[in-house]
Amino acid sequence: MIAAAPPLTFVRQEMMQVAAARRLSNEDVCLVGIGEPSVACNLARLTHAPDIKLIYESGTIGTKPDVLPLSIGDGVLCDRALTTVSLPEIFQYWLQAGRISVGFLGGAQIDRFANLNTSIIGNYATPTVRLPGAGGAPEIATGCERVFIIMEMSRQRFVEKLDFRTTLGHGDGGSNRRDLGIHTTGPVAVITDLCVMEPEAESNEMVVTSLHPGVEMEQVREACGWELRFALELEETPSPTELELRALRDLKQRTELAHRGGR
Amino acid sequence: MIKTVSSVALKGARDDSSSGGNSKNLPGRATRRAPSFLPLNEAVRTLVKSGSCVAMEGFTHLIPFAAGHEVIRQGIKNLTLIRMTPDLIYDQLIGAGCAGKLIFSWGGNPGVGSLHRMRDAIERGYPGPLEIEEHTHAAMAAAYQAGAAGLPFAVLRGYVGVDLPSVNSNIRSVRCPYTGQSLATVPALVPDVAIIHAQRADRKGNVLIEGIVGIQKECAFAAGRTLVTVEEVVDELEPGSVNAVVLPAWTVSAISVVPGGAFPSYAHGYYDRSNAFYIEWDAISRDRSRFHKWMQEHVFNPPPRL
Repeated sequence: MIAAAPPLTFVRQEMMQVAAARRLSNEDVCLVGIGEPSVACNLARLTHAPDIKLIYESGTIGTKPDVLPLSIGDGVLCDRALTTVSLPEIFQYWLQAGRISVGFLGGAQIDRFANLNTSIIGNYATPTVRLPGAGGAPEIATGCERVFIIMEMSRQRFVEKLDFRTTLGHGDGGSNRRDLGIHTTGPVAVITDLCVMEPEAESNEMVVTSLHPGVEMEQVREACGWELRFALELEETPSPTELELRALRDLKQRTELAHRGGR
Repeated sequence: MIKTVSSVALKGARDDSSSGGNSKNLPGRATRRAPSFLPLNEAVRTLVKSGSCVAMEGFTHLIPFAAGHEVIRQGIKNLTLIRMTPDLIYDQLIGAGCAGKLIFSWGGNPGVGSLHRMRDAIERGYPGPLEIEEHTHAAMAAAYQAGAAGLPFAVLRGYVGVDLPSVNSNIRSVRCPYTGQSLATVPALVPDVAIIHAQRADRKGNVLIEGIVGIQKECAFAAGRTLVTVEEVVDELEPGSVNAVVLPAWTVSAISVVPGGAFPSYAHGYYDRSNAFYIEWDAISRDRSRFHKWMQEHVFNPPPRL
């Protein structure tokens, strides 16, 4: 019996995760953050990049989890990794020494030069909201060759000015990052639920280079707290393929079942 | 089976109780004494004093929850607490009023969201003011290593172009005498006491840690004294690999046998992380009265252990 293929509908979060996964290749050694980055990296591994090397900062190298971890140090990460090493080895031999090609980051706030805030809302001494803080992000952002940022867009998150710069993107723009003595490329794309932004040549300001299917320019402008610019040759992000969407949904379903367990 | 020695003997093993978090070489490190096997309450009473600088480590894995709960039950206050990822255990210690200062690098509920007791302390000073010293993971890992190696500070490529150095005066820099490069520095972490959980110890007190090993070895070697809680004591360690992390007996001050002592985090090979509880903690910890009720029921008057 041949069933008719179901119509390929998808939500924006899925488009964001698929668009992020597509940026990764078999040649990448990727330091994976928890949450959206972990979804994108494992989706890449389960679809077009089966040989990608995933490293979680908890110390697992060549990580191939069955389900997505809830935390950065879940047992599923260690179980099927090539090896598991100490934290100093991760941060010094791997990250600091330049053995990681791609870092994935997110944040509570981002500015036009892709600097990130994960520390506080308000002022530091008496914050309105205390966020988790830096974790591995500042050194991931400078130690990895390239950085991808995944964040859902809103005016509260895409801001004119960060309350605190936890993590360096392109700094004050232009050659600022290089002038600070950082020789890695830094953020090469901000992948959102509405669009993809990439740094403009020279200024290193993030400009929209691709709109997701069905998204209007005005909608993206509305969701951004700075005066957002668009590339002259604006593309449309290709919709998720059936293969991508199935792999993504299967992964999420397995994960949900697994996380409901535990004593 | 488990021998118990007096706390006096333990104190004698490492007479360095005034180390106070500085980085001077600790005389206790040269000891060849085997650790004392003590009940958890006695081990905590002997090693952890009000005002101590304590590091409880375990990067998501092997978090020493049972020992942390014992510190709370004993009402030990004004602690300087060091931990890369404060996690639920420090949320509970902070909420219970045990902490005066927190040194950390990522203070969230992993995969869930905020640590609400930590936030309440920082944002609203409840149950009391909490001083914070904030770093990055890379810096704290290096600072523990420096402490373990008997060095006064750690060097790293880090903290470039960001705001943390402007709010943490312990983040400084040094010029490399060979290349002239500017590099970030942080002071060595030298806790008075390290508290970690491990899979098992043998009867001599050698300790085995397997799985995600995190920063525990560095933390144990950096500290003046080390308390290890273990799932079990065995005749032979039988590590899964000849290269497994083993803390030789004479590097450990005290061992307490506490099966399930890392729950709701996990012990590789023994039990899984309760992701469900980490999710549940979000609602428990948001509300002060619900938090205190939970602490009464599960920490101060826990149901008998099976």
